Amino acid sequence: MTLLQHRPPAGASDHPEHAEHHDEPTFVVKWLTSTDHKVIGINYMITAMVMFYLSGFMALLMRVQLSSPSGIGMSLQTYNELFTMHGSLMLYLFAGPFAFGGLANYIVPMQVGAPDMAFPRLNAFSYWLYLTGSITMLLGFLTSTGAAAFGWVAYAPLSTSAYSPGPGADLWIISLFLTGFSAVFTGVNLVATIFYLRAPGMTMWRLPIFTWNMLVTALLILIAFPVLTAAMVFLWTDRHLGTHIYSVAGGGVPVLYQNLFWFFGHPEVYILALPYFGVATEIIPVFSRKPVFGYKGLVFATIAIAALSTGVWAHHMFTTGTVLLPFFSLLSLLIAVPTGVKFFNWIGTMWRGQISFKTPMLFCVGFLLAFLMGGLTGVMLASPPIDFATHDTYFVVAHFHQVLFGTTVFAGFAGLYFWYPKMFGRMLHDGLGKAHFWTMFVGFWLTYLPQYVLGLHGMPRRVATYPAGLGWASLNVASTVGAFIIGLSFLIMLVNLWVSWRNPVPAGDNPWDGHGLEWFASSPPVHHNFEKLPPIRSERPTWDYNHPDARTIAHGHGTADYELVGAGARGASGAGDGTTDA
Amino acid sequence: MKIEARLLVGVALFFLVTGVGYWFWSYEQSGTVMLIGAVLLGLVPGSYYLWWSQRMTPRPEDRDDGTLAEGAGVIGAFPSSSIWPFVMGMGLFSCALATVFGTWLLAPGFAAVFAAAIGYTVESRRGGTI
Ligand code: HEM
Repeated sequence: MTLLQHRPPAGASDHPEHAEHHDEPTFVVKWLTSTDHKVIGINYMITAMVMFYLSGFMALLMRVQLSSPSGIGMSLQTYNELFTMHGSLMLYLFAGPFAFGGLANYIVPMQVGAPDMAFPRLNAFSYWLYLTGSITMLLGFLTSTGAAAFGWVAYAPLSTSAYSPGPGADLWIISLFLTGFSAVFTGVNLVATIFYLRAPGMTMWRLPIFTWNMLVTALLILIAFPVLTAAMVFLWTDRHLGTHIYSVAGGGVPVLYQNLFWFFGHPEVYILALPYFGVATEIIPVFSRKPVFGYKGLVFATIAIAALSTGVWAHHMFTTGTVLLPFFSLLSLLIAVPTGVKFFNWIGTMWRGQISFKTPMLFCVGFLLAFLMGGLTGVMLASPPIDFATHDTYFVVAHFHQVLFGTTVFAGFAGLYFWYPKMFGRMLHDGLGKAHFWTMFVGFWLTYLPQYVLGLHGMPRRVATYPAGLGWASLNVASTVGAFIIGLSFLIMLVNLWVSWRNPVPAGDNPWDGHGLEWFASSPPVHHNFEKLPPIRSERPTWDYNHPDARTIAHGHGTADYELVGAGARGASGAGDGTTDA
Repeated sequence: MKIEARLLVGVALFFLVTGVGYWFWSYEQSGTVMLIGAVLLGLVPGSYYLWWSQRMTPRPEDRDDGTLAEGAGVIGAFPSSSIWPFVMGMGLFSCALATVFGTWLLAPGFAAVFAAAIGYTVESRRGGTI
């Protein structure tokens, strides 16, 4: 068909059948040497999921300890190590890398129609930094003094050598150093891929929202992560080289650490969230059988969220009293506006759509509910009086788990269920997927709703034991039961993966009637992704190609423009395969 | 290229405004320095793109009516496998661990990093991007 043109990368042979197996190495060698973005993306995802399960296991241990006032006899030190490592693993080693290293790596080049990431070897290098960084952090458990125990934010002076001696803390710091660079390299790579490797016709205003969100996230990463690295370097020199950057004793300023950390930390929350918003925005239209509602609005909302998020860094320091309350409080509240826009657009996409509740869509709905609740309590927390009252209570724990779990787990696993067929060419079982969803959904609310109440009753966070007789025990038991139900749901997912591995149900290239270019490739895609491409005339080229009678109207253009674009294209003349266009 | 340029210049402008506001509101140095860094991050590549986007003919991927035929041809070189990222990663891993478990780890670390640097270069000679 002349409609589709070849765009080979240099070195690929003219015969596509060769490109597939020209030097297909075996398993381990492939893992060690591949620079294919698809292999690296899957590596990222597997590693991130291992981190997720490990961290979830730590969470369950903590919940067991908390299920009765005096606990199961876990020492305070162990509890501190557990919550620190649980938080760090979840945030630094699961949530970010899963979306930004895994899904983005795999999907973004495909969505823009590129054969690979712009810098394949740099991409592989980022993965190795991420893997070694993860191992470094976990090594802390093997040292005699235990892992880091200063919370995931590692506030100085608690994290200085006087209060946290021992290699566990150092390993934690170095791990962030390694994974930080990994994230920066992936960020550079993604920006270059999106700016330079788009297929013809794939203008910036036709990028799928997922790719847009990844682009904005990449920019945020480039702004925020170097600051984290700097904060870590200072911390390290304070610990080992005797500098006094953060210690009052030597004329340093402890609050500098908080300033630096939150300059990273607040964007980090959105670095974690935006990719998952992108996942949801990719899935909801597909299962509503409609184009996404308000494309440009979503893009601008993403940019606005990113911009505001860098401006609100100090709202985490409300109670330290050194910062300008009105300035940051205002910005924190403002961020609710673009987030609301996104919500509006998601609902608008579903509105009057033919919604089919397949597993990925169910997870997305779960995400919307969780995020709504987390967002509402977040707005409450952004007002200083409430923050003062609930600071460091379980209210905060419940709030950030609703937001983080809602986005990273609900939307993240929606993405997994959605793209798994593309990645492996086989389906996941829909019934088991739904079982996973419903158990997780029930467990999720059962875990965190009691924690809001606990927080309002004043239960502080980061405690391993609590006084009996305050009525906290029963709520904590409920929360623990909920946590175990979540744990169960993830066993169901493992079963699902196992089933799909043993009894593969072939997925076909486009099982969901998808929108983006990734669904045009074969499943799993060949080396260098595409043998042919459809003409790209909207943000859902694959849909347009498969539904010539229901083309997507390009946003921001009048209908006249649309007709012009469609003229001569396949289907517009009814001829079946138009040969002139494209 | 124009939209890419505007995006980056927009980043610079946003942080310029925030930075100026922040400075005159608080006279606090560390935050201001970080904001200046963010301005540069947008400004340096952004102004280059802006300059360049005025001069180039739009690429097929910048035009609404770009066709695949225009983009046909070689896109670039994409090495499909290389051991050097792994070697480099292990080298850095070793160097990082050296700061905790003993300086001797720097020796294998540096060896691996240098080997990888040479390996990368040789490989790139044969064609390939970073
Ligand atoms: C299986 C579900 C989960 C359970 C049962 C759980 C449980 C817990 C518990 C008991 C704590 C300690 C609270 C305290 O004593 O202050 C905690 C802290 C934390 N969790 Fe989770 N968690 C879960 C999932 C997640 C997820 C998915 C994320 C993020 C993506 C996350 C991020 C955090 C963070 C950042 C902390 C704070 C650590 C710190 O205080 O430094 N958790 N979690």
